[in-house]
Formats: sequence, structure tokens, C-alpha cells
Amino acid sequence: MIELNDVTLTFPDGERTVTAVDHASLTVPPGSITAIIGASGSGKSSLLAVASALIQPDSGAVHVAGVDLMGLSPAEATAVRREHIGIVFQQSNLLPALTALDQLAVMNELDGHSRAARAETRERARALLARVGLAGHENKRPHQLSGGQRQRVNIARALMNDPRVLIVDEPTSALDHARGQEIITLILELTRDRGTSTLLVTHDRSHLARMDQVLVMSDGVLTAHDPHAAIAA
Amino acid sequence: MFVAWREIRFARGRFVLIGSVVALITILVGFLTGLTAGLAGQNVSAVMGLGADRIVFSAPAHGESDPSFGDSSITPEQASTWSDAAGVNTAEPLGISQTRLSAGERRSPAALFGVSSAGTHTLLPEGVPGPHSGEIVLGTSVAKTLGVSTGATVGAFGLDLRVSAVIDDAWYAHSSVAWLTLPDWQEAMARGGQPAWATVLAVSLTDAAQPDAIDAAAHTASRAPLPALLSIESFRSEIGSLLLIVGMLFGISALVIGAFFTVWTIQRAPDIAVLKALGARTGRLVRDTLGQALVVLLAGVGVGMLATIGLGLLAGSAVPFVLSPATIALPALGLIILGLIGGAFALRPVLRSDPLAALGAPR
Repeated sequence: MIELNDVTLTFPDGERTVTAVDHASLTVPPGSITAIIGASGSGKSSLLAVASALIQPDSGAVHVAGVDLMGLSPAEATAVRREHIGIVFQQSNLLPALTALDQLAVMNELDGHSRAARAETRERARALLARVGLAGHENKRPHQLSGGQRQRVNIARALMNDPRVLIVDEPTSALDHARGQEIITLILELTRDRGTSTLLVTHDRSHLARMDQVLVMSDGVLTAHDPHAAIAA
Repeated sequence: MFVAWREIRFARGRFVLIGSVVALITILVGFLTGLTAGLAGQNVSAVMGLGADRIVFSAPAHGESDPSFGDSSITPEQASTWSDAAGVNTAEPLGISQTRLSAGERRSPAALFGVSSAGTHTLLPEGVPGPHSGEIVLGTSVAKTLGVSTGATVGAFGLDLRVSAVIDDAWYAHSSVAWLTLPDWQEAMARGGQPAWATVLAVSLTDAAQPDAIDAAAHTASRAPLPALLSIESFRSEIGSLLLIVGMLFGISALVIGAFFTVWTIQRAPDIAVLKALGARTGRLVRDTLGQALVVLLAGVGVGMLATIGLGLLAGSAVPFVLSPATIALPALGLIILGLIGGAFALRPVLRSDPLAALGAPR
């Protein structure tokens, strides 16, 4: 579950203060997907940053996977991300030196594991890559994968810690329409299968009809829209 | 080390490059350290081998603060004052001068060490029979240059001396030492127009001795063996410059390695931001980064050490070069420690990298 209640986030911009998120509230239940649309600079990414424990708002209440994020130390916020949140980045942000399998295993490996745990991690990574349609591509590095394949690795990596919350930032922006549809379908399936609360930012309105909830962000203000109405808008 | 190893394998060329730079610096530092030790040995090994607790010089000339082997001249009275003082076991006079020995048409520079014929020759290297009157003990290099062996005759200041033994070289101010009796040394000096009784005293003390008080009474200046080495003019002038160069090389190596890893880590900043956004602990990333630096350092220093040993073995016959754990392992260890300190400066981007950057959100 993601719950944001009356959240406001500001940041300094020269001598003035910009309100990136203005008294925003939303709830994303488990197994559902909420899309946020809005123009560039409207505050979508800032809202995602709040929901993914990357930044603390000035005011309001934020609960993610049952954890109150307000007042957490940076180390505590890092632990929440590690344990409860999966992030799918806009650009796949894969590490160039790592194979697809390593991209998924890296978080567990950085923590240092026993041989048995390492084998389990790699087995799990293999299964996830197969789940996103990348069986046989485990040992390829990012430059050996297509844009769509890289995004699938990006999604699989976000699921590696079996998160209760999935934060997805414009996953189709670098893909053609067909590949974009495939990725959205995959995210929907995973959300339903795993019961994650998925918060997705997108520019592509063609996906909105498939969402459980659509919110529009404008100048930091969040307003609810019927998915079908949002398509027409 | 999970990411570190994979990055090393992925960016092999880049890491081979920095490893090569580290190896070259190691060769430079190792070779210079070996050379410094070799040159130092050629200056001081004979004095170090005296086994004395203190070296006693005549008091420095007015206006000079430090004694020197070149200017020191000990009188029999000063020697008696030291011998008779409480806490002094032995005070052996030692005459030191530099000359050219001759054998037929051949000439060779040598340092003459005149030792008391009445003494037990404790100043000579262990196991070497002391010379009797009219005899001289040569180092191998002088004997080789002169083409002489035991039983031959060599000349010094017009004195004919029979070679009583040829031993491993001991060095003083870049000259191989030739040992003769103190009376013969005194006669040689007199013939050379520089009469002297002895240059210094090599004294052995008990804990009860009060060297400063004896110095005051005898009008002498005594020094412990190591500080006394600085009274060898050639050693003092060489060692300072060489140690300065070695020190600067250590500093340069830390800067070079630090600069490399800083640039490398700055390039990795986006990846670090992603890992942090995914929940990587900063401590783990620091360990990974430092581990990567350590691997490169160990590889570079290891290759450099092997090359230095090879070059040292080759150069050892042509130049004074000491190949020992102290001249190879210690500089290598120093380079690794300094390299890690340099690499630690590269941690700033790791510590400061903002996970928010991975999401592209404004702050």
C-alpha cells in the first residue's frame, strides 16, 4: 500500500522557493496500478521521489508498505528502499560492467552472502529474467541488449527484493509503441500476480485505459481523473 | 567487491593502464631506494661495522656545530681521558684517511683505517685477523684493481706493506677500506705531510657512562653511531637529496593514484546513484571502491616489485644497489598505503552521490 496524505514538497530555486508537490494525497492499494500524468516539470518525478523514500516532504504523511517514511534517517530510508520498494527507472540505468544476471544479483551480492545464499540469489534472478522474457540473455551486458530488453532487465531488477511497492518512472519513454505496450502489459501482470502497489508516471496516454486509477499532476497539484476521460483529455 | 571485480574485467584497458603506472612508480621508487641504500652502504658500511657505542671526534672548529671525520684529530691525551673515564669499557683510536694504493703500475683509491696494534682488533670485521706492523688487509675490489693477493706488497705514502688478507669490501666515503696498524697509519700520514695520532675513537660504554661529561673533560664531541654517519661529508650530501627524491616519488604516487580513482569514481557517479536508490548501503559501496583500488595497487606494485628485483640483479654488478626486504618490500608497502590514502580521496563522490539523481527528480 502507498498512502500519501496532504503532502507538500518545496525546494529552493535561486532566491525563490518552488512548490514541487502541493498538498497531494493518493492511495495505491495492493495489486493495483495508479498512473500519474502531467506535463514536464509538473512535479511527477518529485512525487515519485517522495513515494520511493528518496526525499522527505516538508509536510504531510507518507506511508509505504506500512512504514511511516516521515522522520526517517537516510540510512533508515535506504533500508526501506532495499526491503520494500522496487524502482523502475525511466532510463534503464543498468550498470555497464554487469551482465543481466548480475544487474539483478548486485544488491544481494553487495551485502555479502554465503555460497548457498548466493546460489539462491542467482537462481531467483534467473527465474525473474525468464519471467520478463529474457531467458537465454542472462550473460549479456547492457550494450548487447535492445532498448526493450534493457527495460525488462530494469523491471526484473526492481522485483528482485520482492517489493510490496513498485515505483515506475516513464518506462516506455525510450521505446516504440509496440515495445511500450509490451512493457506496460508486463508491469500490469506483475502487479496483479505479486500484489504490489504500483505507482507509475507516464506521458503516454494510450496506456491509461488499462490503469486502475489515473491522477493528473499540474503545478504540483494532484487531481483524480477517470482513466477513460483522461485518454480523451 | 562484486561490482569492483566486474568493472575491472569490463574496463580492462583502463585498469591495465593505471596498474602499469603504479608498476612504473614502484620500479622507480624501488630502484631509487635500492640505489640509495647501496650508495649509503658505500659511504658508511665500515663505520657501521665498527660496533662502537659512540664515535668520538675532536671538538668542532670554532663556529661549527657538527664534527666531521674529515676535520677530526684525536690526541693521545683525549684518548686517555676517555679510556680512564668511568663507564668506558674500551676507547680504541682509529685513524682514517683516503689515499691511492699502488702495486707496480697499478693504482687504486682506498680508505686507510689504522687500528691499534696493541688492541684486539675489535674494529675489524668479525673473524678477520688483524694486521701486524708492516701488513695491510685489503678489500676485494682494491685487491682486484691492484691485481694483488695475500703475500703481495702494496705501497701507501711511500710505505711498503705486505697484504696479510683480502676480505669482503667494507666502505667509507665510496672507497674500499684497507686496514693497517695505527703506527703504520701514523707513519703514512707523517710521510704524507699530515701528521696525526688518530682521527676518532670508537668507544664501548656501560650504562654508567656519561658521554657528555667526558666530552667536556676531553674537549671532544661524541656521537652515537647513526648520527655520527652524518659526519661523513659525502654521505650527508648524498643521502638528503636521495631521500628527498624518494619522498617526492611517494607523494607523486599517492597523487597519481588518487587522481585516477577520483576521475574514475566521478565517472561512476550515476551508477553509484542508482545503487544507492536501489538501497545499497554507502559503507558497502565504499568497501567496494576501496577494494577495487587495493586490487589495482597490489597488482601494479607486485609487477613493479618483480621488475625491480630483476633490474636490481642486473644492475647490482654495475652500480651500488642493495636488494633486500627493506629496499623492496618496505617501499612497496609504503606505496600501497599511500595509494589507498590517495584512493580514499576518491570516496568523496561515493559519499556525496545523491540517489535522487537516478530518478532525475529536481531537488
